[in-house]
Amino acid sequence: MDVITRTVDAKGQSCPGPLVALARALKDARTGDLFELLATDPGSRSDVPSWAEISGNELLEAEVLDDDSFRYVIRKVA
Amino acid sequence: MSTTATTETEPETTSLADLLQRVEALEAERSKQIKKKNKLTIIAWGGNLDQIWPTTILATTAAASGMESSVFFTFWGLFAIVKPEVRITGDNWMQKMMSVMNPGSAQKAKLSRYHFGGAGPAMFKKLARDHQVATPDELIALANDLGVRLIPCQMTMDLLGLKRDDLIDGLEEPIGAATALAEMRDAAVSLFISRRRRSASRPALAERGC
Repeated sequence: MDVITRTVDAKGQSCPGPLVALARALKDARTGDLFELLATDPGSRSDVPSWAEISGNELLEAEVLDDDSFRYVIRKVA
Repeated sequence: MSTTATTETEPETTSLADLLQRVEALEAERSKQIKKKNKLTIIAWGGNLDQIWPTTILATTAAASGMESSVFFTFWGLFAIVKPEVRITGDNWMQKMMSVMNPGSAQKAKLSRYHFGGAGPAMFKKLARDHQVATPDELIALANDLGVRLIPCQMTMDLLGLKRDDLIDGLEEPIGAATALAEMRDAAVSLFISRRRRSASRPALAERGC
Protein backbone atom coordinates (compact mmCIF):
# COMPACT_ATOMS: atom_id res chain seq x y z
CA MET A 1 0.00 0.00 0.00
CA ASP A 2 1.40 3.31 -1.08
CA VAL A 3 1.63 6.12 1.39
CA ILE A 4 -0.18 9.42 0.83
CA THR A 5 2.48 12.10 0.44
CA ARG A 6 0.21 14.98 1.26
CA THR A 7 -3.41 15.79 1.97
CA VAL A 8 -4.90 18.83 0.27
CA ASP A 9 -7.92 20.06 2.16
CA ALA A 10 -10.04 22.13 -0.21
CA LYS A 11 -13.28 21.71 1.71
CA GLY A 12 -15.61 24.65 1.31
CA GLN A 13 -13.88 25.91 -1.82
CA SER A 14 -15.74 26.22 -5.10
CA CYS A 15 -14.60 25.76 -8.68
CA PRO A 16 -11.77 26.14 -9.56
CA GLY A 17 -10.48 26.31 -5.94
CA PRO A 18 -9.91 22.57 -5.28
CA LEU A 19 -8.09 22.08 -8.58
CA VAL A 20 -5.88 25.10 -8.08
CA ALA A 21 -5.03 23.91 -4.55
CA LEU A 22 -4.23 20.46 -5.93
CA ALA A 23 -2.14 21.81 -8.81
CA ARG A 24 -0.17 23.97 -6.39
CA ALA A 25 0.54 21.00 -4.12
CA LEU A 26 1.62 18.88 -7.08
CA LYS A 27 3.95 21.52 -8.44
CA ASP A 28 6.77 20.84 -6.02
CA ALA A 29 6.11 17.13 -5.72
CA ARG A 30 7.98 14.25 -7.29
CA THR A 31 6.58 11.96 -9.96
CA GLY A 32 4.82 9.05 -8.32
CA ASP A 33 3.85 10.98 -5.19
CA LEU A 34 0.35 10.30 -3.93
CA PHE A 35 -2.05 13.07 -3.03
CA GLU A 36 -5.29 13.03 -1.16
CA LEU A 37 -7.75 15.78 -2.10
CA LEU A 38 -10.66 16.55 0.20
CA ALA A 39 -13.47 18.66 -1.22
CA THR A 40 -17.10 19.57 -0.67
CA ASP A 41 -17.69 21.08 -4.12
CA PRO A 42 -20.10 18.70 -5.92
CA GLY A 43 -18.60 19.92 -9.20
CA SER A 44 -15.37 18.20 -8.22
CA ARG A 45 -16.97 14.82 -9.05
CA SER A 46 -16.68 15.62 -12.75
CA ASP A 47 -13.91 18.19 -12.51
CA VAL A 48 -11.24 16.08 -10.81
CA PRO A 49 -11.44 13.27 -13.43
CA SER A 50 -11.38 15.90 -16.22
CA TRP A 51 -8.44 17.64 -14.61
CA ALA A 52 -6.58 14.32 -14.36
CA GLU A 53 -7.23 13.64 -18.03
CA ILE A 54 -6.06 17.07 -19.20
CA SER A 55 -3.07 17.28 -16.90
CA GLY A 56 -2.01 13.67 -17.45
CA ASN A 57 -2.06 12.74 -13.77
CA GLU A 58 -3.63 9.57 -12.48
CA LEU A 59 -6.83 9.49 -10.49
CA LEU A 60 -6.68 6.35 -8.36
CA GLU A 61 -9.66 6.72 -6.08
CA ALA A 62 -12.80 8.81 -5.91
CA GLU A 63 -15.25 8.36 -3.10
CA VAL A 64 -18.06 10.03 -1.22
CA LEU A 65 -17.42 10.13 2.51
CA ASP A 66 -20.00 9.72 5.27
CA ASP A 67 -20.33 13.49 5.68
CA ASP A 68 -21.19 13.81 1.95
CA SER A 69 -17.81 15.32 1.17
CA PHE A 70 -15.52 13.93 -1.49
CA ARG A 71 -12.14 12.27 -1.31
CA TYR A 72 -9.82 11.71 -4.23
CA VAL A 73 -6.45 10.03 -4.47
CA ILE A 74 -4.19 11.27 -7.25
CA ARG A 75 -0.79 10.06 -8.38
CA LYS A 76 1.50 12.67 -9.84
CA VAL A 77 2.54 11.57 -13.32
CA ALA A 78 3.04 14.78 -15.30
CA MET B 1 10.52 -12.54 -73.42
CA SER B 2 12.37 -9.27 -73.38
CA THR B 3 9.24 -7.37 -74.39
CA THR B 4 7.34 -8.75 -71.45
CA ALA B 5 10.14 -7.72 -69.13
CA THR B 6 9.99 -4.11 -70.31
CA THR B 7 6.26 -3.93 -70.02
CA GLU B 8 6.54 -5.27 -66.51
CA THR B 9 9.22 -2.87 -65.33
CA GLU B 10 7.93 0.22 -67.06
CA PRO B 11 4.77 0.70 -65.04
CA GLU B 12 6.81 -0.04 -61.91
CA THR B 13 9.24 2.84 -62.54
CA THR B 14 6.45 5.26 -63.36
CA SER B 15 4.54 4.26 -60.25
CA LEU B 16 7.67 4.81 -58.16
CA ALA B 17 8.09 8.29 -59.61
CA ASP B 18 4.41 8.86 -59.05
CA LEU B 19 4.76 7.67 -55.47
CA LEU B 20 7.71 9.97 -54.84
CA GLN B 21 5.75 12.87 -56.21
CA ARG B 22 2.84 12.03 -53.95
CA VAL B 23 5.10 11.80 -50.92
CA GLU B 24 6.58 15.20 -51.77
CA ALA B 25 3.12 16.70 -52.17
CA LEU B 26 2.03 15.23 -48.85
CA GLU B 27 5.14 16.50 -47.12
CA ALA B 28 4.55 19.98 -48.54
CA GLU B 29 0.93 19.81 -47.38
CA ARG B 30 1.99 18.64 -43.93
CA SER B 31 4.47 21.45 -43.49
CA LYS B 32 1.56 23.89 -43.92
CA GLN B 33 -0.46 22.21 -41.20
CA ILE B 34 -0.67 23.81 -37.79
CA LYS B 35 0.40 21.81 -34.79
CA LYS B 36 -2.05 22.52 -32.00
CA LYS B 37 -0.69 22.71 -28.48
CA ASN B 38 -2.37 21.77 -25.23
CA LYS B 39 -3.16 25.41 -24.82
CA LEU B 40 -6.03 27.79 -24.11
CA THR B 41 -6.20 31.27 -25.58
CA ILE B 42 -9.00 33.61 -24.58
CA ILE B 43 -9.77 36.92 -26.21
CA ALA B 44 -11.21 38.92 -23.33
CA TRP B 45 -13.31 41.47 -25.18
CA GLY B 46 -15.98 41.89 -22.53
CA GLY B 47 -14.97 43.58 -19.30
CA ASN B 48 -18.17 43.09 -17.36
CA LEU B 49 -18.19 41.01 -14.20
CA ASP B 50 -20.12 38.17 -15.85
CA GLN B 51 -17.57 38.07 -18.67
CA ILE B 52 -14.32 38.58 -16.83
CA TRP B 53 -15.36 35.95 -14.27
CA PRO B 54 -15.62 32.95 -16.64
CA THR B 55 -12.56 34.28 -18.49
CA THR B 56 -10.42 34.17 -15.37
CA ILE B 57 -11.91 30.89 -14.10
CA LEU B 58 -11.14 29.11 -17.37
CA ALA B 59 -7.68 30.64 -17.68
CA THR B 60 -6.65 29.63 -14.15
CA THR B 61 -8.19 26.16 -14.45
CA ALA B 62 -6.29 25.57 -17.69
CA ALA B 63 -3.04 26.59 -16.03
CA ALA B 64 -3.83 24.37 -13.03
CA SER B 65 -4.39 21.49 -15.46
CA GLY B 66 -0.97 21.90 -16.98
CA MET B 67 -2.19 23.63 -20.12
CA GLU B 68 -0.52 26.69 -21.53
CA SER B 69 -2.90 29.54 -20.94
CA SER B 70 -3.01 33.06 -22.32
CA VAL B 71 -5.57 35.87 -22.19
CA PHE B 72 -5.55 38.72 -24.67
CA PHE B 73 -7.34 41.77 -23.27
CA THR B 74 -8.96 44.06 -25.80
CA PHE B 75 -11.71 46.72 -25.84
CA TRP B 76 -13.83 46.56 -22.67
CA GLY B 77 -11.74 43.69 -21.37
CA LEU B 78 -8.88 46.15 -20.89
CA PHE B 79 -10.77 48.07 -18.21
CA ALA B 80 -10.79 44.91 -16.09
CA ILE B 81 -6.99 45.08 -15.83
CA VAL B 82 -6.76 48.78 -14.99
CA LYS B 83 -5.29 49.35 -11.52
CA PRO B 84 -8.11 49.83 -8.99
CA GLU B 85 -6.63 53.11 -7.77
CA VAL B 86 -6.51 54.62 -11.25
CA ARG B 87 -9.62 56.77 -11.65
CA ILE B 88 -9.68 58.60 -14.96
CA THR B 89 -7.59 57.52 -17.90
CA GLY B 90 -7.04 58.98 -21.35
CA ASP B 91 -5.79 62.24 -22.80
CA ASN B 92 -8.92 63.75 -24.33
CA TRP B 93 -12.52 64.14 -23.19
CA MET B 94 -13.71 61.15 -25.21
CA GLN B 95 -11.19 58.76 -23.67
CA LYS B 96 -11.81 60.27 -20.23
CA MET B 97 -15.55 59.83 -20.63
CA MET B 98 -14.98 56.24 -21.68
CA SER B 99 -12.97 55.60 -18.52
CA VAL B 100 -15.65 57.20 -16.31
CA MET B 101 -18.27 54.95 -17.90
CA ASN B 102 -16.06 51.91 -17.44
CA PRO B 103 -14.48 52.18 -13.99
CA GLY B 104 -11.17 50.33 -14.04
CA SER B 105 -10.25 47.01 -12.40
CA ALA B 106 -12.14 43.75 -12.11
CA GLN B 107 -13.26 44.85 -8.64
CA LYS B 108 -15.41 47.61 -10.13
CA ALA B 109 -16.66 45.65 -13.13
CA LYS B 110 -20.38 45.95 -13.80
CA LEU B 111 -22.87 43.21 -14.56
CA SER B 112 -24.09 43.16 -18.16
CA ARG B 113 -27.59 42.51 -16.85
CA TYR B 114 -29.22 43.10 -13.45
CA HIS B 115 -26.60 45.68 -12.63
CA PHE B 116 -29.12 47.75 -10.62
CA GLY B 117 -26.69 50.60 -10.05
CA GLY B 118 -24.11 48.32 -8.48
CA ALA B 119 -26.50 46.28 -6.30
CA GLY B 120 -26.23 43.33 -8.70
CA PRO B 121 -22.44 43.00 -8.52
CA ALA B 122 -22.53 43.50 -4.74
CA MET B 123 -25.04 40.66 -4.46
CA PHE B 124 -22.96 38.49 -6.74
CA LYS B 125 -19.83 39.07 -4.68
CA LYS B 126 -21.71 38.32 -1.47
CA LEU B 127 -22.88 35.03 -2.99
CA ALA B 128 -19.33 34.34 -4.17
CA ARG B 129 -17.97 34.93 -0.66
CA ASP B 130 -20.62 32.66 0.85
CA HIS B 131 -19.75 29.92 -1.62
CA GLN B 132 -16.00 30.54 -1.37
CA VAL B 133 -15.73 31.35 -5.06
CA ALA B 134 -12.74 33.53 -5.86
CA THR B 135 -13.65 36.92 -7.33
CA PRO B 136 -12.25 38.02 -10.70
CA ASP B 137 -9.62 40.30 -9.16
CA GLU B 138 -8.46 37.42 -6.96
CA LEU B 139 -8.50 35.15 -10.00
CA ILE B 140 -6.39 37.60 -12.00
CA ALA B 141 -3.80 37.59 -9.22
CA LEU B 142 -4.01 33.78 -9.13
CA ALA B 143 -3.65 33.62 -12.93
CA ASN B 144 -0.48 35.66 -12.64
CA ASP B 145 0.76 33.29 -9.99
CA LEU B 146 0.00 30.19 -12.05
CA GLY B 147 1.85 31.55 -15.07
CA VAL B 148 -1.16 32.51 -17.19
CA ARG B 149 0.08 34.99 -19.79
CA LEU B 150 -1.99 38.16 -19.51
CA ILE B 151 -1.51 40.25 -22.62
CA PRO B 152 -3.03 43.67 -23.34
CA CYS B 153 -3.91 44.79 -26.87
CA GLN B 154 -1.75 47.72 -27.99
CA MET B 155 -4.24 49.18 -30.48
CA THR B 156 -7.18 49.36 -28.06
CA MET B 157 -4.88 50.72 -25.35
CA ASP B 158 -4.02 53.58 -27.72
CA LEU B 159 -7.64 54.00 -28.75
CA LEU B 160 -8.89 54.20 -25.16
CA GLY B 161 -5.89 56.23 -24.02
CA LEU B 162 -4.69 53.58 -21.57
CA LYS B 163 -1.02 53.73 -20.61
CA ARG B 164 1.05 50.78 -19.50
CA ASP B 165 1.21 52.41 -16.04
CA ASP B 166 -2.61 52.50 -15.83
CA LEU B 167 -2.68 48.73 -16.03
CA ILE B 168 -1.96 46.22 -13.25
CA ASP B 169 1.47 44.69 -12.79
CA GLY B 170 2.41 41.27 -14.09
CA LEU B 171 1.14 41.77 -17.64
CA GLU B 172 3.15 40.90 -20.72
CA GLU B 173 4.14 43.55 -23.24
CA PRO B 174 1.17 44.78 -25.31
CA ILE B 175 0.75 43.02 -28.64
CA GLY B 176 -1.18 43.48 -31.89
CA ALA B 177 -3.78 41.48 -33.78
CA ALA B 178 -1.28 39.32 -35.65
CA THR B 179 0.39 38.18 -32.44
CA ALA B 180 -3.04 37.54 -30.94
CA LEU B 181 -3.85 35.40 -33.97
CA ALA B 182 -0.58 33.54 -33.54
CA GLU B 183 -1.61 32.87 -29.91
CA MET B 184 -4.95 31.44 -31.06
CA ARG B 185 -3.54 29.61 -34.05
CA ASP B 186 -1.66 26.98 -32.08
CA ALA B 187 -4.11 26.73 -29.19
CA ALA B 188 -6.28 23.63 -29.07
CA VAL B 189 -8.92 25.80 -27.40
CA SER B 190 -9.47 29.43 -28.29
CA LEU B 191 -12.38 31.51 -27.10
CA PHE B 192 -13.74 34.99 -27.65
CA ILE B 193 -15.64 36.25 -24.61
CA SER B 194 -18.00 38.97 -25.77
CA ARG B 195 -20.91 40.99 -24.52
CA ARG B 196 -24.34 39.47 -24.41
CA ARG B 197 -26.59 40.07 -27.36
CA ARG B 198 -29.31 42.64 -27.12
CA SER B 199 -32.36 41.01 -25.56
CA ALA B 200 -35.53 40.45 -27.53
CA SER B 201 -37.39 42.95 -25.36
CA ARG B 202 -34.99 45.70 -26.40
CA PRO B 203 -34.80 45.52 -30.18
CA ALA B 204 -31.89 47.21 -31.91
CA LEU B 205 -32.45 50.77 -33.14
CA ALA B 206 -32.54 49.61 -36.76
CA GLU B 207 -35.25 47.10 -35.98
CA ARG B 208 -37.35 49.82 -34.38
CA GLY B 209 -37.08 51.82 -37.55
CA CYS B 210 -34.74 54.48 -36.16
